Amino acid sequence: MSDWRYRFSEHKGTLLAVAIFVLMFTIYLVYHPAITSNGFTAKAVTNVVNTAANKGVLLALVAVAQTMVVITSGIDLSVGMIFILCNCLASAIVVGSAWQTALGIAGVLATGLLCGAINGLVVIFGRLQPIVTTIATGAIYFGIALALRPNPDVAADFNGDIGDAMMGKLPLGIPVSIVALLVIVVVIWIPFRRSAIGRTAYAVGSSEVAAFMSGLRIRRAKFVAYTLSGLLSGMGGLYLTFTTASGEASLANGNTYTLYSIAAVVLGGVSLFGGSGSAIGAIFGALAFRAIGDLLFDFNIEPLWQSLFQGIVLLVSVCIGAAQLVRVRNRLDLFG
Amino acid sequence: MSAGEATTVSARLPRLLRRIDPAVATAYACIVVLLLLGDLYNASFLSPEYLLQQLKVASFLGVIATGMMIVILLGQIDLSVPWVVAVGGMMSASATAYGPVGEALAIPFGLLCGIALGFLNGIGVAYLRIPSMIITLAINAVAQGLMVVHTGGFSPQDSASAAMRFIATGDTLLGIPNALIVWGVVGAAAIFLFTRTTFGRALYAIGNRERAAYLSGFNTQRVVLFAFAISGGLSAFGGVLLAGYASKAAQAMGDPYLLPSIAAVVLGGTSILGGRGSYSGTIAGVILITLLQSILSVMQMPEAGRQIIYGAVIILMMLVYGRGRRVGA
Repeated sequence: MSDWRYRFSEHKGTLLAVAIFVLMFTIYLVYHPAITSNGFTAKAVTNVVNTAANKGVLLALVAVAQTMVVITSGIDLSVGMIFILCNCLASAIVVGSAWQTALGIAGVLATGLLCGAINGLVVIFGRLQPIVTTIATGAIYFGIALALRPNPDVAADFNGDIGDAMMGKLPLGIPVSIVALLVIVVVIWIPFRRSAIGRTAYAVGSSEVAAFMSGLRIRRAKFVAYTLSGLLSGMGGLYLTFTTASGEASLANGNTYTLYSIAAVVLGGVSLFGGSGSAIGAIFGALAFRAIGDLLFDFNIEPLWQSLFQGIVLLVSVCIGAAQLVRVRNRLDLFG
Repeated sequence: MSAGEATTVSARLPRLLRRIDPAVATAYACIVVLLLLGDLYNASFLSPEYLLQQLKVASFLGVIATGMMIVILLGQIDLSVPWVVAVGGMMSASATAYGPVGEALAIPFGLLCGIALGFLNGIGVAYLRIPSMIITLAINAVAQGLMVVHTGGFSPQDSASAAMRFIATGDTLLGIPNALIVWGVVGAAAIFLFTRTTFGRALYAIGNRERAAYLSGFNTQRVVLFAFAISGGLSAFGGVLLAGYASKAAQAMGDPYLLPSIAAVVLGGTSILGGRGSYSGTIAGVILITLLQSILSVMQMPEAGRQIIYGAVIILMMLVYGRGRRVGA
């Protein structure tokens, strides 16, 4: 392994995200009231882990969706809205018998895919800036969600079995949600990362002109990245429906998920300038962000302080990233 | 058409006509179309009272969009608008509660809080080289946290000072709303800044290429710092006006202003990549967005339909004149 140094520097961001997550989650577990009061029993620990996993997976899915687009040096400000749209849609059509439910799930995922594809088409063929495009399409997706669910509502005959199954635990206390996340990574992320399309997406993020000059099919790569982003946000929305069994077209919720997805991506070591980072890092970034936010609960601090605490953690973590400035030798390198 | 031919054609055009940016012209044309459409729907749409009312509502967005434009010209973005607006409104309303001195200092205090937050954004972007999208997001979260702790999570009970209400709702001169005059002053200052000062030239230069601007002798980091501070101050000023308009500040009062302020600047022909754009375009963008929202609410369109049309119009207009260059061509 003579190339370990190169490999280490390539995965440094991801490893840092894993380290932050492990540290924060350990603190979270050790001081969790349900664990400290019941002693360190396996049952108490797995329960806490399961609850945290169900919550964390939602943000993790949206963060992976954001990663797909950020890698191409774009940004998707509609991930939260696709998430909300798919939540509202799922609460309406994931109902009834097993077959109907399966059909409903397929419909929800197809909707997410379609939303992402529309983003991709407008960005690629409309040649609009991703940030403006996704602000506008986000408004459209939110409008559709609002039309589907004008009032927050519990799905009348939502298929609760599948919701319970997806939120439950496997033997040894492994949360189903984490397994589902793992499956999604194996089925979507790894093939994407290893295919020519994924490589092209990274190349586009590093330098679109160079990628074009090398004869890479940049349009196809961008389209796939945006489409997969929509699909993953849709999966997040579907998962939200599993946990709440209801749909709500909440603007605040959509914006929060969009903003947190960017935070998770940055914590996960994905460069906002594109071309580097991985979905694995973004997942750990998302889980770490959630763990940090929940830490206050452990220490019995008023929930009032939560948003300030989360903001300061975000601020400190992005400022730590600035430490590499110390190594800049030529002042001109500051200006990229 | 060869390049030489193009020069002669454009040389023959009157100088004024040549200086018109097609994007800005399209934006103004869209305003006329919207007004005509509104007139078809409701005859009172073109009455002076209604139009003045629209301009008054547009002033709040106009002040906030001015700050956003300064930052977008640099090729950056300010996502801290929602809670800096709220900070401006809440802090000025809180100051009002502290007797006559507080009431007198309410507006400057609100502005100062916004400038301070903008300053933090600027330090992050200019000196720590953090992408503006991230640092402004973090400052937004911190500002939200501070306000939630300050108010206990409820809408604050302090009401706006008389001066705040005066500049937001009163009308002194020939029935022209004061808010519109305020926007006029802010806009005139912005035009002066963009076209007549070194600072304005530096904004455009940095937006085009910061490295080149630095090598040309601009202190680019200080310019970026002050640009963000001004943006924070203007967002907070928007919050002060909004608090005066509604007589009190509220949680999340700034949330409906983030996306419209970006949309207004971009619809006005300013490049989101920075370095290109004029203030007359931003004026058009602000009026356009306000009219669109107003027409949709006059038509009693449900919120869902409003969002969909709003998004679709932004995409359509950008497709008309906001398209980027083809890579490799």
